[in-house]
Amino acid sequence: MAAYPKNSQSLGPIVAMIAACLICSACKREQRSFTVAPPAAVPIQTITVSDLHPGSVLPAAPVPNDYEENAFALSEGKRLFTQMNCVGCHAHGGGGMGPPLMDEKWVYGSHPEQIFLTIVQGRPNGMPSFAAKIPNQQVWKLVAYVRSLSGLASSGASPGREDHMKGKPPESSVSKATPVNSGIPASAEKPY
Amino acid sequence: MRAILRMLFFLAVCAFTGCSGNQSALDPAATQSRQISGLWWIFFAITSAIFLLVLLAVLFFSFKKPAADPAPILVPNPRGERRRGILIGSLITLTILILFGLLISDFVVGRDLGQLDPNPIQVRLTGHQWWWEVQYRDPDLTKIVKTANVIHVPVGKTVQFELRSVDVIHSFWAPNFHGKKDLVPGHPTTNWFRAEKTGEYRGQCAEFCGLQHAHMRFVVIAEPPEKFEAWLGSQRQSGASPTSDLEKRGQELFVSTTCVMCHTVEGTAARATIGPNLTHVGSRPLIAAATLPNDAAHLQHWILNAQQIKPGAQMPQQTFSSDDVRALTAYLQALK
Repeated sequence: MAAYPKNSQSLGPIVAMIAACLICSACKREQRSFTVAPPAAVPIQTITVSDLHPGSVLPAAPVPNDYEENAFALSEGKRLFTQMNCVGCHAHGGGGMGPPLMDEKWVYGSHPEQIFLTIVQGRPNGMPSFAAKIPNQQVWKLVAYVRSLSGLASSGASPGREDHMKGKPPESSVSKATPVNSGIPASAEKPY
Repeated sequence: MRAILRMLFFLAVCAFTGCSGNQSALDPAATQSRQISGLWWIFFAITSAIFLLVLLAVLFFSFKKPAADPAPILVPNPRGERRRGILIGSLITLTILILFGLLISDFVVGRDLGQLDPNPIQVRLTGHQWWWEVQYRDPDLTKIVKTANVIHVPVGKTVQFELRSVDVIHSFWAPNFHGKKDLVPGHPTTNWFRAEKTGEYRGQCAEFCGLQHAHMRFVVIAEPPEKFEAWLGSQRQSGASPTSDLEKRGQELFVSTTCVMCHTVEGTAARATIGPNLTHVGSRPLIAAATLPNDAAHLQHWILNAQQIKPGAQMPQQTFSSDDVRALTAYLQALK
């Protein structure tokens, strides 16, 4: 007993309180705000989607997407990824008719606002435009999920398991890829 | 004392209000629920009578004065012991007989409930978070009828439900017709009943299934067979074509904006199956899984801000102008 400080008995409650505070900090991960406003309106003029442009570009501040830190929004994105038929072309990230989304290659940019524009505007060689078809807040959820496929969203908030049969590790255990810009994949080029 | 009596009377009256109503197991509207409620009343009568007798016996012996000069316990009294033995033995026999009686009546009802009409109407009921997809099956695929949250059944004919779920476990419970049955994802279950009484009844998901579990309701409309057939025939038609300019604008909006991603209106480009089928939404009595009246004001609120009414539902917030939402509502209401 002598080895302990005199007030050792009061340490227990303090440790418990610190532990409780630490646990509470995790509440934000699952915070469900149903009437949440999506990130500020996208300044379309300043967003570049390829390296092909006259002159140089204004260095634009990236638009942060809060949904990337939120487990509920990411799982909603995962649900929408199937329900809005992204899986029809991109499969569950591995690609098919469309390019894979779980690798490090990006044709039209990897930043949230660039992916947002890709979904809303559509892209040549098959990506349809979903303008007016998917509400903005749902597009932002999809953006967060698409980035989680290559480990770019918070791994602590990304979906940790599949509801159905799985063919790949869950998004939470994907290691963070370093995005690189690539041209149109060979599979999307005209065959002649 | 008078106050206590008055309160007891009031409580008894309250309890009896549970015996009738359009969402009550004690107001049977089907063969199956009639048998179940019959069994319930048998159990209620017998167990209440026994409870009262036991209570009276306890009160009687608690207040009974002991005999003035009790006989010493250790003196043998063969006659008294024999009398007591016979009394206790017959009470035990009576208990066993009553329990067996209840058991047998339970078996009889259970056997009757397990017998399925060889030629029932087939309905596939799929649970979603948080609404009911209703599909009237037919070998002719063009005659399949799809609707949501309202189940029409003909009186006098058995309806068999194939119960499925696409997300979590739900439970189908229309207390006026039958007991509960769970809808388990990946494991279809079944239940059936034969309606005996016409009327509009209410049902409810009976297994906690998420945030809006309490608002996952449905309507069962029991009607004469000819009326049911007429309803089924009208539901097989494509969605009504818009007549006024407002309705035409509503249809344009419906097939060109967010609605088309999740809903179906037969006869238009809207063919998605994520949300409820809206081909005849104007003919349904209620919307939002039977929680809101189907009128213009509620439809507009639901289209614009479903998240305020049912937070967490898959219907997203929308940003239509007030003119557009009025046009959409007019179109939906015209889909009779």
